[in-house]
Amino acid sequence: MKAIKNTGLIIFLIGLTLFIGTIFTGTFSLSQSELDNFIKEKGYKNTVIKEQLQKAIVTNEELNIFEFSSRARNAFETSNNFYDNLIAKYDAEKNWDKKGEQYQYKIYGKPHSLSFTLAKKAGKGYAKDNPGLMWFLTFGLGIIGALLFIVPNLILLGKPGIKNDGIYLDSATNRGWIAWLVLIYLVSFYLVLYFMPDYIVNWTFILDPISHFLSGGAASQWFVYGFLYCTIMLTMGVRMYIKYRHNKYQIVRTTSVLFFQIVFAFLIPEIMSSLNMPGYDFKSAFPLDYDFFFEWNLETLRNSGGIGIFILVWGIILTLVIVPVMVYFFGKRWYCSWVCGCGGLAETLGDPYRQHSNKSLNAWKLERWLIHSVLIFSLVMTMVTLYCYFSGAESFIGIKSQWVKDTYSFLIGAWFAGVIGTGFYPIFGNRVWCRFGCPLAAYLGFVQRFKSRFRITTNGGQCISCGNCSTYCEQGIDVRAYAQKGENIVRSSCVGCGICSAVCPRGVLKLENGPEDGRINPTEILLGNDVDLMDLVNNK
Amino acid sequence: MEHIVIIGNGISGVTAARHIRKNSDKKITIISAEAKYFFSRTALMYVYMGHMKFEHTQPYENWFWKKNDIELKEGFVGNIDTGKKNLELTNGENISYDKLIIATGSKPNKFGWPGQDLNGVIGMYHKQDLEKLEKYAPNKETCNRAVIVGGGLIGIELAEMLRSRDIPVTFLVRESSFWNGVLPTQESEMINKHIKEHHIDLRLSTNLKEIKSDEFGQVKSIIIEETGEEIFCNVVGLTAGVTPNIDFLKDSEIEIKRGVLVNRYLETNIEGVYAIGDCAEQQQAIGLRRNIEAVWYTGRMMGETLAQTICGNRTAYKPGHWFNSAKFLDIEYQTYGWVFSEKSKKDTEQYFQWKHPKDNKCITISFDKNSHQFLGINTFGIRMRHEIFDKWLTENQSIEHVLEFLADANFDPEFYKLHETEIVEKFNQENNSNITLKKKSWKRIFSKA
Repeated sequence: MKAIKNTGLIIFLIGLTLFIGTIFTGTFSLSQSELDNFIKEKGYKNTVIKEQLQKAIVTNEELNIFEFSSRARNAFETSNNFYDNLIAKYDAEKNWDKKGEQYQYKIYGKPHSLSFTLAKKAGKGYAKDNPGLMWFLTFGLGIIGALLFIVPNLILLGKPGIKNDGIYLDSATNRGWIAWLVLIYLVSFYLVLYFMPDYIVNWTFILDPISHFLSGGAASQWFVYGFLYCTIMLTMGVRMYIKYRHNKYQIVRTTSVLFFQIVFAFLIPEIMSSLNMPGYDFKSAFPLDYDFFFEWNLETLRNSGGIGIFILVWGIILTLVIVPVMVYFFGKRWYCSWVCGCGGLAETLGDPYRQHSNKSLNAWKLERWLIHSVLIFSLVMTMVTLYCYFSGAESFIGIKSQWVKDTYSFLIGAWFAGVIGTGFYPIFGNRVWCRFGCPLAAYLGFVQRFKSRFRITTNGGQCISCGNCSTYCEQGIDVRAYAQKGENIVRSSCVGCGICSAVCPRGVLKLENGPEDGRINPTEILLGNDVDLMDLVNNK
Repeated sequence: MEHIVIIGNGISGVTAARHIRKNSDKKITIISAEAKYFFSRTALMYVYMGHMKFEHTQPYENWFWKKNDIELKEGFVGNIDTGKKNLELTNGENISYDKLIIATGSKPNKFGWPGQDLNGVIGMYHKQDLEKLEKYAPNKETCNRAVIVGGGLIGIELAEMLRSRDIPVTFLVRESSFWNGVLPTQESEMINKHIKEHHIDLRLSTNLKEIKSDEFGQVKSIIIEETGEEIFCNVVGLTAGVTPNIDFLKDSEIEIKRGVLVNRYLETNIEGVYAIGDCAEQQQAIGLRRNIEAVWYTGRMMGETLAQTICGNRTAYKPGHWFNSAKFLDIEYQTYGWVFSEKSKKDTEQYFQWKHPKDNKCITISFDKNSHQFLGINTFGIRMRHEIFDKWLTENQSIEHVLEFLADANFDPEFYKLHETEIVEKFNQENNSNITLKKKSWKRIFSKA
């Protein structure tokens, strides 16, 4: 069994190495006619860019993606600089007509994204020509290796039950060198994905056939991300099924979160795009789905006929009605640990790291400041955006619409939710984003704290203060602090993953939805001690 | 300002300190030789097993004590002069007190076995025991086998700990079945089987004769009393119960027997000196309880109670209905009220038992043969609500009532398979009754007794 496990690890690492190695393969260049077509397709009216691109990438040289990207970005920059200079020149000459003319020649967009579009057409090589085989060598080996590593646990872990042996003795789960390596890998992955998508264009070639099959279009970096996300969640979901096989709550919850990720977040939007509808994740609620009210999205929905209107109405009802009502009945867990994609990754890939959340009082203070700030930020951004959309203005209360959207997308959308939120799993735990950043979680938290039937019930006086619950709380709640006082746990940040209840050796904790009366139950003396409570209170 | 000195920072002493602080601004000092900051003793096992780090066993952050003005003193009390109200620490330091709380807990029993003080012989009680275990049994290469002597709760925990690092374990149990002085046969046998499933070499009806040493004063092997068999091992765990940790009181005026003798108010023979927790011995037993109760919960309750007395509200220690819990490897155990083993139960006490055909789940309900009054329940692998059983015990409900409303009491996580129907059916068959199980009702669960 150990041997199978180790073989699996080796196969997985080979798959991972090939996956990373793929980035460096292939050559990138365009023929003259391909470039002409591209420029026509894009409707570029300027001649400088044509010249520049011709010089840079219509070539017989064997450029790798990095050289190609650098040349392409250079070409766009040179072209834009040229017209910027003209604009400055005509501005100085006060030649307004001429100045105005030049703007049509400017090419907007992030340099790496422009380069990505070109690279998508320019790529040649093994990954592009043999996507099937490459899929097997990267994704395939990764999945097979991971499963060979995971499935022997059925026997190696012994009888069903809580299996946390050695978590703090293992470099991977105790912030050792393996954990730091994983952190570096994940952070690099997110940086490249968000800010240098052209570098991973080879990965999109591997998935082009699958993307064509699902939506009829070629794979973008987001398709790669979505596919990888589902693959990782499924594989690590198997790990969850094995690890918590004695615990039906965990089994049902894991199944739910896998279903919503694969069907709602991945398949339905892809199929919708194949039907010429806007691809929409029906479970993704504003303000987590922070660009729902951005102009481009509203425009897309408005131009998509009936389905567009339906999505618009659904999105608003989801946030204003469905989400809070469900939180009232079931707690925010219905979303955060049963449905949400971020939660889904945290509960599968992130499960080995759940113990790293900080339980100190200071961390709790920081959490409340940060998460509520992000909520306010997202609401202000949306207000500005909507005002500008309807009024046609460029700014509102002194905030520029474009600036606030860009800032939020960059700081919160990319850095906080992605790079830090997932990249830091191995060191800061698996719910950094959900705990400190997610504006939707902040909103659900208010409802859960003040108007909900959900609580974690503490079982009388049975707590022995061992600390397993607090240690394994991914949200950094000091569960024991409540349990050892005999108090129920009612906290806005609780995502109801149920692990505190699972790891409790004395059966003290139970997640349940019950009457609001008695949900919060401060206790003076713990159950079991028959001091006369009335005397106690009267003597105070 | 009155100075309250507490010797021992386990659950009893710390609970007393916290509740004194809640109710007064008296000066509080806690003295401990074991650890500066309070930690949960019951969690030490999880540190060795790698579920937690030691710091996770500390329920309060380190700033807590200063913020609450509770002074922590590291030291070992050598002498108590109750006349002068003065403590002398072994490092020569003197501390005077106005009121003294003795909460020094227990130490592992040693029954005078030859070799019981060799290197590699350990108990599993103090923080230092954990450190020793890390030293003598860090892995299966250093420790080829460990022998555990004494089949109680600590023994089985120590076995689980060692097995988590794949160290072979031989488990010597004096009784003919695990913990059968406390557990009914059905349960005791289920645990026997479960112990073996975990590849622990369980030896029932087996006693230790002696521990043999190698030339360096290190454990080499043990000899079994009954057969003379020699078992080679590197570590011997002595887990045959505990005894109050009160040797330092022998020369004081404070009256002791096995523990520090106290009345119902937890007062010793000396005014202003109290004892709580494992080290306290009741002059007269309370109900069916033992005079010395070495249990986490009772220590905590005594701490809560004594804090009232210290703060001017003289309160007798009145533990309510007995409850306890434990975990035997993978099997959780809870008990409410009194269920005695076949060995020690009275003739009027009758069992109703149910066992799952496959899983490690079973219950034993004890009730009065004549009146059918519910006396207590043992549950294995099924969690139950403390509040509900406490209420039923207070109301002197019948076993029929308990079974009828058993669904209210279930505390298993959501989606778990429930067994109340099978349980009630079995009772009906055995007793020709026709109890119908009521559906769970929040209203009943929340109604106060």
